[in-house]
Amino acid sequence: MAHSYTPGLKVLKKTLFRKERILPLKGKVHVKKGDKLSPDTVVASTNLPGNIQMLKVNNILNIEPRDVVDCLVVKEGDSIKKGDMIAETAGIFGMFKSSVDCPVDGTIESISESTGRVIVREVPIPVEVDAYVSGTVDEVIEKEGIILKCDAAFIQGIFGIAGEKRGELVLVSNSSSDELTPDQITKEMAGKILIGGSFLSLDAYKKAMSCNVAAVVVGGFNYYDLKAVLGYDLGVAITGTEQLPTALIITEGYGSIPMSDATFDLLKSNHGNEASVNGATQIRAGVIRPEIVIPMISESESEDSLSKEPEGIQEGSTVRVIRSPNFGKIGTVTSLPSELKKMESETMVRVAEISIDGVDTLIPRANLEMVELQ
Amino acid sequence: MSKKIKSILATDCGSTTTKAILIEWKEDRYRLTFRGEAPTTVEAPFEDVTKGVLNAVMEVEELSGRTILDGDQIITPDNGQSGVDIYISTSSAGGGLQMMVAGVVKSMSGESAERAALGAGSIVMDVLASNDGRLPHEKITRIRQLRPDMILLSGGTDGGTTTHVMELAEILAAANPRPRLGQNYKLPIIYAGNNKAQESIKSTLGEISDLDIVDNIRPVLERENLEPSRDKIHDLFMEHVMAQAPGYKKLMSWTDAPIMPTPGAVGFLIEMIAKKEGISVVGVDIGGATTDIFSVFEEKFNRTVSANLGMSYSICNVLAEAGLDNVLRWVPFDIDRSELTNRIGNKMIRPTTVPQSLEELVIEQAIAREALRLSFIQHKAFATSLKGVQSERTISDAFEQSSSGQSLVNMMDLDLLVGSGGVLSHAPRRQQSARMLIDAFMPEGITQLAVDSIFMMPQLGVLANIDKDELKDDASQAALEVFDNDCLIRLGTCVSPVGKAKPKSKMADVTMSFKDGSTKTIEIIEGSLEMLEVPYEEVKVHIEPSRGVDVGAGKGEPLDSIIYGGVVGLIFDGRNRPITLSTDPSKRIDSLLNWSSAVDEYPKGDLF
Repeated sequence: MAHSYTPGLKVLKKTLFRKERILPLKGKVHVKKGDKLSPDTVVASTNLPGNIQMLKVNNILNIEPRDVVDCLVVKEGDSIKKGDMIAETAGIFGMFKSSVDCPVDGTIESISESTGRVIVREVPIPVEVDAYVSGTVDEVIEKEGIILKCDAAFIQGIFGIAGEKRGELVLVSNSSSDELTPDQITKEMAGKILIGGSFLSLDAYKKAMSCNVAAVVVGGFNYYDLKAVLGYDLGVAITGTEQLPTALIITEGYGSIPMSDATFDLLKSNHGNEASVNGATQIRAGVIRPEIVIPMISESESEDSLSKEPEGIQEGSTVRVIRSPNFGKIGTVTSLPSELKKMESETMVRVAEISIDGVDTLIPRANLEMVELQ
Repeated sequence: MSKKIKSILATDCGSTTTKAILIEWKEDRYRLTFRGEAPTTVEAPFEDVTKGVLNAVMEVEELSGRTILDGDQIITPDNGQSGVDIYISTSSAGGGLQMMVAGVVKSMSGESAERAALGAGSIVMDVLASNDGRLPHEKITRIRQLRPDMILLSGGTDGGTTTHVMELAEILAAANPRPRLGQNYKLPIIYAGNNKAQESIKSTLGEISDLDIVDNIRPVLERENLEPSRDKIHDLFMEHVMAQAPGYKKLMSWTDAPIMPTPGAVGFLIEMIAKKEGISVVGVDIGGATTDIFSVFEEKFNRTVSANLGMSYSICNVLAEAGLDNVLRWVPFDIDRSELTNRIGNKMIRPTTVPQSLEELVIEQAIAREALRLSFIQHKAFATSLKGVQSERTISDAFEQSSSGQSLVNMMDLDLLVGSGGVLSHAPRRQQSARMLIDAFMPEGITQLAVDSIFMMPQLGVLANIDKDELKDDASQAALEVFDNDCLIRLGTCVSPVGKAKPKSKMADVTMSFKDGSTKTIEIIEGSLEMLEVPYEEVKVHIEPSRGVDVGAGKGEPLDSIIYGGVVGLIFDGRNRPITLSTDPSKRIDSLLNWSSAVDEYPKGDLF
């Protein structure tokens, strides 16, 4: 049977979810293999080197760089407090001395005879990494962090903004094709993850942020509204560091597009459960999609479906069209002809014949996405 | 004629696709005979680049019927039935070579360092300079955030003051940068600045980095010396960056020449062709994320990478930088603006989709015009004569206010414009590629147009760069012959008179003498675009421009030349420069439809 590899977004009712929780620099890991973790458990921590202050001591004292060493009252490695003296000239007969005081707390990192600069490193900045989802420690990576595992429902979105958030899932839209409107969002939804249908307007998103909603998961959002949220044109889909109270995860694309039934039904069935979401998206080599992880209470062993080789589309596969015409529609593959076909644009491409609502149509395989169902 | 090299296998490991080509000595010349491709396997779950290489080579084996692999080994040499004589590769997988460069003065040593890094095929993430307006701690934060593969530090002329370049070195030392790949090796830093500072540099950076010192990139203000830095970047790319990437150690052991960064190889080839033919060349590769432009004018090579101008991953950035109106001016129908931005946004988040409808194709090609135009503006600003050079002026120069740092790019001097990348190479009609190139680059006078059909230039670049004595003659012959015969698809020639002309007035008369002895004369009318189907053959032309109009010999001066047809033919562009479109939507749409129809750009139907 003809077969074609078309990556799709994951919509998994139950999977073995594994996640690396790693420090940006080497540090200390606080948990051990097998430990139970809640989302807030700090699993590892470290200190990032503090900021650097470069003091042009020679300029301040009006001396040659090579003479700086003779005026210093500190040496490399010394701890120093804000206001402490760093250097002082001899003055004239002990009078009219000039001096340089340290502007910050820190340590003397280095002293340069060639430029006359003294480099002070500020106090280290502590960094902690939490568990992000409830689970257990599967593996400890020495001095760097851990790999966490848990049984979970797992859904990938197509695009998101803002980083990690967690909260209770709340179904707001009644159907996958309903718009999530501002009046449906209330103050009581603070800290929750809202599930919408086809669309979220800019006004509705602003309302969610003003109500301190943790995140909104919805089918579509307008591309041009992103600028109003972010303050700049999003030129490249690399997100996750936005400082926003409410993360946004869109599951289908830009515009008003009903959320796929598989995604909507799975989210709906988890109404009231705790979930962790991450809007971080990176559409480049090494693609990162936004995710919704809903840990399961049951302790039963589950199949590691995440590590399965992706299966390609084949006759009978359920697929979604991801470019106009027919954008967003779901169909079933009826055949995968091997020869290239000419499209209306005269582009010669490999196609799939798919049935959408009982009507057969040819779609370039590159414009199809597998809908992975469990 | 017996050849030392009878067959060559070459691969290019891109970030998504690994392409393999087989070149064979056939009937007294080298020809590309087969090609294959497979997904690149640098990332999980495979994490071994050689798997993708083997898959691509297997496709070549299947198509050619020649056995090339013995298990996971490439059979060498060619014994007539199986094996190949040499195997070479380029790579841009895993994000290519990402560098940061530093110079004392941004527009002088900073720019020279940038030119060296770009010429070697790297992506320049940032240029640090003493005068870039950032405070030391801001520079340090930036270095830490970016985590480059390598840093090139320059600054100062030989024997001059060392203070400023030492300040930069101290900033680097304070940042203590970590390399992007792997936490367990030291970051390579190349010092190519004032030779008087070399010892101090060693004591400042020697401990914290893997320091290499090469000759000054700008030994005196008037001279740039890029070669030592470029060569060192290539060596370190192999030793450090590639050696860290999964599977590359194995790949390096297979190849007969060092693996080159893909754009570095393309640049090498373009430079060689321009030198051999004595012509000015512009080459462009428009990809999903970036657009690379290479040029050779006045025998000087330049390369720029527009890091966020591309057709999929960065398509929204084209929209943001060009503005929606500039994109829409190329679209000959009305479309809802919010609908259009959502469509473009969807292309960004689903980058591998292809335009199925004609409307989608036209929009995509409109965006390509703007991406190319903006990239070329950046290129022209960078490809300049050296800045900061003092020149003596005499009284006769008083009225000519030429200064240092002028762009080398002169469109009237351009002989050959080569396009590559999906939107240009795979356009359903070659006329569309020609139109995109002309509208974006706006060539002047006589310019030959071509596209690289399957982006073979990287492999040919490495081939041309082989320096083993016993192989180098055959290898460079193979590179040039395949470039001429198989790599380029000659689209034809664009004739564009430029100068003062009233709307719809005559700009030039062109008399053509064809190979079969026939002749033809056409008038180029201001505002018009005409095409004449002529295959790839010599055509003698005599062009008489109107007063105040230039086609290459000066205003109003006639020009005799030889031009070539191609798969599109000869295009006579009377739209003057720059090409301006009417602000009245109906007039603009009329012009666009007329131009499209003149060159048979799109299929006739509801839209055209």
